[in-house]
Amino acid sequence: MSKPHAKDPVIVRWTLTVLALAALGLFIVLPLAAVFVQAFGKGWQAYRDTILQPETVSAIELSLLALAISVPMNTLFGLAAAWAITKFQFIGKNVLTTLIDIPFGVSPVISGLVFVLVFGAQGWFGPWLTEHDLPVIFAVPGIILATTFVTFPFVARELIALMESQGTDEEEAAMVLGANSWQMFFRVTLPNIKWGLLYGVVLCTARALGEFGAVSVVSGHIRGQTNTLPLHVEILYNEYNYAGAFAVASLLSVLAVITLALKKFLEWKSSEERG
Amino acid sequence: MIFKRQSILPGFWRAFSYTALYLSLIVLIPLSAVFLKSSTSGWTHFLQSIRSPNVVAAYRLSFGASLAAGLISVVVGFLIAWVLVRYHFPGKALADALVDLPFALPTAVAGIALTSLYTENGWLGHYLVPLGIRVAFTPLGVIVALTFIGLPFVVRSVQPVLEDADLELEEAASSLGATRWQIFSRVIFPMVRPALLTGFALAFARALGEYGSVIFIAGNLPMKTEIVPLLIVTKLEQYDYSGATAIAVVMLVTSFLLLLFINILQRRSRRFTEPA
Repeated sequence: MSKPHAKDPVIVRWTLTVLALAALGLFIVLPLAAVFVQAFGKGWQAYRDTILQPETVSAIELSLLALAISVPMNTLFGLAAAWAITKFQFIGKNVLTTLIDIPFGVSPVISGLVFVLVFGAQGWFGPWLTEHDLPVIFAVPGIILATTFVTFPFVARELIALMESQGTDEEEAAMVLGANSWQMFFRVTLPNIKWGLLYGVVLCTARALGEFGAVSVVSGHIRGQTNTLPLHVEILYNEYNYAGAFAVASLLSVLAVITLALKKFLEWKSSEERG
Repeated sequence: MIFKRQSILPGFWRAFSYTALYLSLIVLIPLSAVFLKSSTSGWTHFLQSIRSPNVVAAYRLSFGASLAAGLISVVVGFLIAWVLVRYHFPGKALADALVDLPFALPTAVAGIALTSLYTENGWLGHYLVPLGIRVAFTPLGVIVALTFIGLPFVVRSVQPVLEDADLELEEAASSLGATRWQIFSRVIFPMVRPALLTGFALAFARALGEYGSVIFIAGNLPMKTEIVPLLIVTKLEQYDYSGATAIAVVMLVTSFLLLLFINILQRRSRRFTEPA
């Protein structure tokens, strides 16, 4: 894709390249390196101890639970939304597409606040929930809801862009040739969008694992109960347990690096899908 | 008037009603709670909440730092995009992948990592603090964190435009006797300007609401380094729900206006880049 620009003199090329790489190093590589260096600052043993602490393990479990519920829900939604929006013409299509993007424009803190206002002690359903002993805020359901909200658009947005470019011809052909709805979906649509779908799921997963602000507002920071991995990082850090905080942070950083690798791979694969 | 055009494809109503229901339950109804809550608390209370000195100071810091970080992101992001598109060098694919790190790295991790770099004993603070440049726990730190967050938005907005650029235009300008600077300012810059503006708006919008990566490096000194999202959290911790909501309404309205602006920008730049 890229076109080498031979016109630029060597000195210009060199200077700009070095400047750009220095900026990348300063803003991106250095923070990442700092995480790993400090994670092992007190040695391998201390690192292992932090990771195997019961509080860390329960934070991992809660993060995985929130992920296991929010990602499939948003994936199903993404498929439904993309199907309706890209395969049919109807009034209000653009409005619907814009509304789906809203969570990207909302501060994470506000994403948490909205659920406090609905389900919190002073919220709409607060008194009823307290009466029936069904805590949402400062409890696991709140964390799942907040995670779902912030990761809401990822799959839908990716699929809408992809399926828009693919059109409806193949599905229409399948229907004309007598396929039923599910045959059409599983044999025609799904194979066409699989890499793009996976791309959306990867982005959604990464954000679900890493979300901090929204989850922080609804969690109440109860150790061993409502602590996700990023919240656990904050708690350790605020207790001046820097090696511990960076040890947990290094787990999340490894996942971030894996996400980047997967993202590159899937971008390459889904650009083939776009044709 | 017909709502939907005829099609032989199945499942529209099922997919559409599920989409509308799920969107309403997860996003629209909870968001409406913010506006309803602020309208029940009354106009005077609303004004009182958003006019108190620490809130005004926080708005000033959030807008100022986001603006500064957005501008830095535009300059540095353009440079990175240019080098990634136009030049070849070893490790280019890796550099390209690393640009997205701020999207993938949890904000709390970015926050503590940046803080540790710029405190007095940090890798960078160690050199900067003796020079009198304090980054950690000052507004400068807020700008650094927001630049980290904003950079990929600019790079990813500009990159496709540079990739699609028609080199013949530059060659034509050059053969007509334009200097390198003239080619840059009259041909290249006008071409990438909409993308730069989009990248800036995206980075700015994200920076305004950013929380995790900022609160650690900001140090949260009252009236000095408190950002707006932090104030919302503080008010919530004091159970001042209507105060938190009032601040949130102003932020929400601002970000919706920004989103609208970005949408218009993107529609416009698409008109320019897509072949007629």
